Amino acid sequence: MPVNSPAISFQDVSKTYHGPRGDVHALDHVGFDIEPGEFFGLLGPNGAGKTTLISILAGLARATGGQVTVHGHDVVTDYAAARRSLGIVPQELVFDPFFSVREALRIQSGYFGVHDNDAWIDELLANLGLADKADANMRQLSGGMKRRVLVAQALVHRPPVIVLDEPTAGVDVELRQTLWQFVARLNRQGHTVLLTTHYLEEAEALCGRIAMLKQGRVVALDRTSALLAGTASTMMRFKMDTPLPAQLVPRSRVTGRIVQIKAHDAKEVEKVLAALHAAGCVPEDLEIGRADLENVFLEIMQGESRPLPLKAVTA
Amino acid sequence: MSVVATGPLAGTRTLLYKEVLRFWKVSFQTVAAPVLTAMLYLLIFGHVLSDRVKVFDDVGYTSFLIPGLVMMSVLQNAFANSSSSLIQSKITGNLVFLLVAPLSHWAWFVAYVGAAVVRGLAVGLGVLVVTLWFAPLRASEPWWIVVFALLGAGMLGSLGLIAGLWAEKFDQMAAFQNFIIMPMTFLSGVFYSVHSLPPFWLGVSHLNPFFYMIDGFRRGFFGVSDVSPWISLAVVGSSFVVVAGISLRLLRIGYKIRH
Repeated sequence: MPVNSPAISFQDVSKTYHGPRGDVHALDHVGFDIEPGEFFGLLGPNGAGKTTLISILAGLARATGGQVTVHGHDVVTDYAAARRSLGIVPQELVFDPFFSVREALRIQSGYFGVHDNDAWIDELLANLGLADKADANMRQLSGGMKRRVLVAQALVHRPPVIVLDEPTAGVDVELRQTLWQFVARLNRQGHTVLLTTHYLEEAEALCGRIAMLKQGRVVALDRTSALLAGTASTMMRFKMDTPLPAQLVPRSRVTGRIVQIKAHDAKEVEKVLAALHAAGCVPEDLEIGRADLENVFLEIMQGESRPLPLKAVTA
Repeated sequence: MSVVATGPLAGTRTLLYKEVLRFWKVSFQTVAAPVLTAMLYLLIFGHVLSDRVKVFDDVGYTSFLIPGLVMMSVLQNAFANSSSSLIQSKITGNLVFLLVAPLSHWAWFVAYVGAAVVRGLAVGLGVLVVTLWFAPLRASEPWWIVVFALLGAGMLGSLGLIAGLWAEKFDQMAAFQNFIIMPMTFLSGVFYSVHSLPPFWLGVSHLNPFFYMIDGFRRGFFGVSDVSPWISLAVVGSSFVVVAGISLRLLRIGYKIRH
C-alpha cells in the first residue's frame, strides 16, 4: 500500500449510460479525496450520482473515465486489494434465504479469504444485538435485523474503509440511533467511513467533511462546520396554521405547519415578525437559531452555488 | 484465530461450499425429485418399449435406457444448478455480496461449475442406484463413464453459467431450458439408438454434442457405441473448452452483472 495515500481517491471520474433514448451522464468529472480516519458525507438529491459513485468504488459499475483508488489500489486494475480494504453496506435489504445469520457471515468472510473467523463474528453479532439470532434463517428476521446483518457482513473481513449507502433509510428511530453510535465508534477506532444519506441531521451530526453532488457534479466540498458558517446564519422556525403573507413566501420553506425563514440579522427578524403581525398571523413555538445542514443543502441544490472547478475539488 | 488467504483463487473454496450447500439444503427438490422423474421415465418407457425395440444384440432395452437416463439427469441438473443460482441471486439482489468480494473470474467459474458437477453427479448416482433394481448393468469400460460424466456435467454447468448471466427474468431462463437444453438432451439418443433414425435426422444428431456425451457414457457400460469413443471425447472435450471459454470471458467483463 503506497504510503500516505488517501483512503479513497476519486480522480476525474465520469460515468455515461448509453440508452435507447440517448446518453445519461450520471457523473461528470468528479474528483475528491477522503483521508484515512475521516467520517465523510456524500449528499445529493435522488439521481445526483451518489449511488453511481459508490457502485464504481465497489466494483459494481465501471467508470467511463477517470480513476478510483482505495488506499492506493486501483479499483479496476488492482481490484482484489481494493475490495479487501472496503466494506460495503448496500442500500437495499438483500439477503440469501438459504442460510442462517452465522452461515451468511462465515460465507461472506470466506469470500474475502478470511477463514476461522468465528471469534470476530461473535463479537460483531454481540455489538449489533444479533447474538440471539445467530442461528436464525435470514428470512425470519425483521427489517431492522436484516439491516444490522448487512452491517456485520460489511465488517466481517475487518476493512479499514466502510461505505454505507443510506444505512438508516426506512429504519426506526431507536435502530437509527444504535447504528449511528456503532458507526461513530468504528470511526473513533480508526475506520474511514463514507456515508450517503438523505437524513441531513445524520450527516451534520456524524460527518466532519461533506461533498454535495448535483446532476453528477460536485457542487460543494468542505468541512461541515465551514458549510454551516458560510450560509445565512440565522433561521426563524415556527408553526402556523394560516397562510404566510405573500412577501415572505419566496424566502420561506413550509413543511406542513412548520415554517422556516432565513434572516441574516436581528433587523430582518423584526421585519418578519412585523409582517406576520400585520397580516394577523400568530406564529407558535417560535425559535431563532443557526441554519442547519438542510438549509445549506437546499440553498446549494436550488442553484445558488455553481459546480466547483476541478482544481478546487481535488485540493 | 482467523487465517487470510490471498491469490486468484482465494474465496473459491467458500463460494464452492456455498453453492453446494445451497442445493443440498433443498436436496428433496434438487436431488430426490429428479431421481424420481428418471425412475418414472424408466418404468414407462421400459414397460412400453422393452419388447419392441432392440438396440444392441446382447443388451435389453431397459438396460440400454438406464445410462441414457443417468446421463440426462447429470446434464440437466448440472445446468439447473448454476443457472438457477445465478438468476435467483441477480433477481433477489444478493449477488451484490459476491460482486463486492475480491473474487476473480476464475474463482467464479471454478466454484459455480464445480458445484454444478457435484449436483449433476449426485443426481446421476442416485438415478443409477435406484434403476439398478430394474435391469442388469455392467461397466465394461468404466473410465469412459467417469470421463464423460465429468465433461458433460462441466459443460452443462458452464452453459448454465452463461444462461444465468444472460437471462434477466425467470421466463428467459425457462425459455433457454425448454427450447435449447431439453430438446438437445431428448434428441441425443437417450431413448433410442441414432442408427434407427432416417439419414437426415442421423446427420442432425451428429451435430448435437449431447449425442456424443450420451454415446460415450453408454460405451463405458456396454463396450458398444454408435461412434468411436475417441471421436466423442474430441467433440465433447472441445465443446467444453469453447463453452468454458465463453463463460470465463463473460465473467471477466462482468457481462450483465457489472454496469
